[in-house]
Amino acid sequence: MTPSPHLLLVAPLLLPLGTLIACLLTRGNHRACAGLSLLGAAGLMAVGLALVAYAGRGDILVSQMGGWAAPYGITLVVDRLSAAMVTITGVIATATVLYSLAHDTDPARGRDFHLLTHGLLVGVCGAFITGDVFNLYVWFEVLLVGSFALIALGGDRRRLAGTVVYVILNLIATLMFLLAAGLVYGSAGTLNMAELAALFAAGDTPPGVQAPLVLMLLAFSIKAALFPVFGWLPASYHVAWTPVSALFAGLLTKVGVYALIRLVTLLWPDAGLVHEVLLWVACATMLIGVLGAAAQTEVRRILSFHIVSQVGYMVLGLALATPLALAGAVFYLIHHIVVKANLFFIGGIAARMTGSERLPAMGGLYARAPWLALMFAIPALSLAGIPPLSGFWAKFVLVRAGLETGAWIAVGIALLTGIFTLLSMSKIWNEAFLKAHPLGAAGSRTLTGQAPAWWAAAGLAAITVGIGIGAGPVMDFASAAAEQLAHPAHYISAVLGAPGR
Amino acid sequence: MEIVAAITAGLLAAIGVWLLLDRNLVRVVLGIVLLGNSINIAVLTAGRLGNRTAAFVTSNGVPELAANPLPQALVLTAIVIGFALFVFALAVLRRTWELHGSTATDRVTEVAEGPSPDLDEKASR
Repeated sequence: MTPSPHLLLVAPLLLPLGTLIACLLTRGNHRACAGLSLLGAAGLMAVGLALVAYAGRGDILVSQMGGWAAPYGITLVVDRLSAAMVTITGVIATATVLYSLAHDTDPARGRDFHLLTHGLLVGVCGAFITGDVFNLYVWFEVLLVGSFALIALGGDRRRLAGTVVYVILNLIATLMFLLAAGLVYGSAGTLNMAELAALFAAGDTPPGVQAPLVLMLLAFSIKAALFPVFGWLPASYHVAWTPVSALFAGLLTKVGVYALIRLVTLLWPDAGLVHEVLLWVACATMLIGVLGAAAQTEVRRILSFHIVSQVGYMVLGLALATPLALAGAVFYLIHHIVVKANLFFIGGIAARMTGSERLPAMGGLYARAPWLALMFAIPALSLAGIPPLSGFWAKFVLVRAGLETGAWIAVGIALLTGIFTLLSMSKIWNEAFLKAHPLGAAGSRTLTGQAPAWWAAAGLAAITVGIGIGAGPVMDFASAAAEQLAHPAHYISAVLGAPGR
Repeated sequence: MEIVAAITAGLLAAIGVWLLLDRNLVRVVLGIVLLGNSINIAVLTAGRLGNRTAAFVTSNGVPELAANPLPQALVLTAIVIGFALFVFALAVLRRTWELHGSTATDRVTEVAEGPSPDLDEKASR
């Protein structure tokens, strides 16, 4: 109980911000900057774990900024889901910063990478802990500014083309979100999510609030890359610098998913029309994403399409709306962030070793680097849902929840998507690892200073195995988080009931 | 007053969307700016116009006809953020034009979807 909970609540914002400033001050000294960046990311992970320890006891931590009571002030809220998301953000940030050290051929780019990454983390953590719709918009913008500059980092022709796609489509989504937030305020007179939820729970839905909320859900869906508004993701993620696309792949769509989960569970806790629509959207997302992946021949483009299909699973959990399904969604979020970032890491290492990320031009990795093959197999099989890895439990819980609610079609599509995922993972396996390199021995490159990249990938692989084997405690935590989500009354009373607590 | 603001917002949004649908990236970015401004007006209007007195709290309490300060604060934030993003988009546009010699949307998509260059970091032309 030593640190004050209020201090702990702002720590996920202050820590990356402080790291950013520290990096800015040491920008002349590249090693110091990289070291501070790594330290800051690890610190974020530690803060996340402390939040998990607090929130894990079942309390919802609330802090009203500046002492203004709930509907007027800026509220920071951390429940179990938020705490878990902050922790996993810290994990991915640490791994990405570590990984970037191995790819650091250009000090100027490396420096900008550290600065912008921590700027991005401020936005991501802010989005996870805010309790207010307009602040959510502001945090989205903060992370957006960071991500714009990150994706353009060191821009060549192709990267810049991807940046244009990414910038324009994300700007449109954000504008939709701003409009929705303004109209919600106009009709409901509040921007506080807990107060909105209280209005909905009391049954006196303000007139005209539904339409802007639907617009808001659409904006979140674009951010989360749901069908049919996912087109920007596979068109832009594969062009970025490898550590950047790994960071994006792990975190950014998940902020959209988190916002969807938060809003839908608060405002519509009982299954209804919104859930019905989300269910079909989730099914289409799973299937279309995985089919899109089948048509690709570049490692990162395949993986990008898989992000889309995996987001479908999380939204499926949200759409089924039972506590078990929500627990599955939370578990899936945690598992997916780790696995997906790791696949991008390993894809990056493989591409550098073979000199290309086009599958036809790759090969021979199994003979050259059996450890890399093993490290690829772990997240790849986990993504497809092979026991005993983390993905199996995530899918298992979702499928069980689907069977309990009688959503047969969704369950069928989820299982089918798993098979297709396995197929496209075996495609990468066959082409990049088993097949001989098309150039023979001339195709192999020797690289130096790759140890950080290997450690980052191995660390995430260990976490994947750890979540798989120790699924019990993780599942317990996810169920407890889902319990909080399924009963928004606690959240509402924690935010509104005890001001300045 | 509301009706004027609403019509202005609608008109700006219409022009913005029309520009967004253009093939030229410059016009697309300008479209986003117009759309952003129309949304700012919409947010301000949704917070109810009308009362014009500044919402300063005096010893007599809040003035009776105080305007709602919250939408103004929201729009102010949105304007600042929107401006930053607009500048960034312009910088990206300029660099795109330098590298591609064109700002046609089709051309940009074509390059982004094209096969990846081999990984030599200097391979970028």
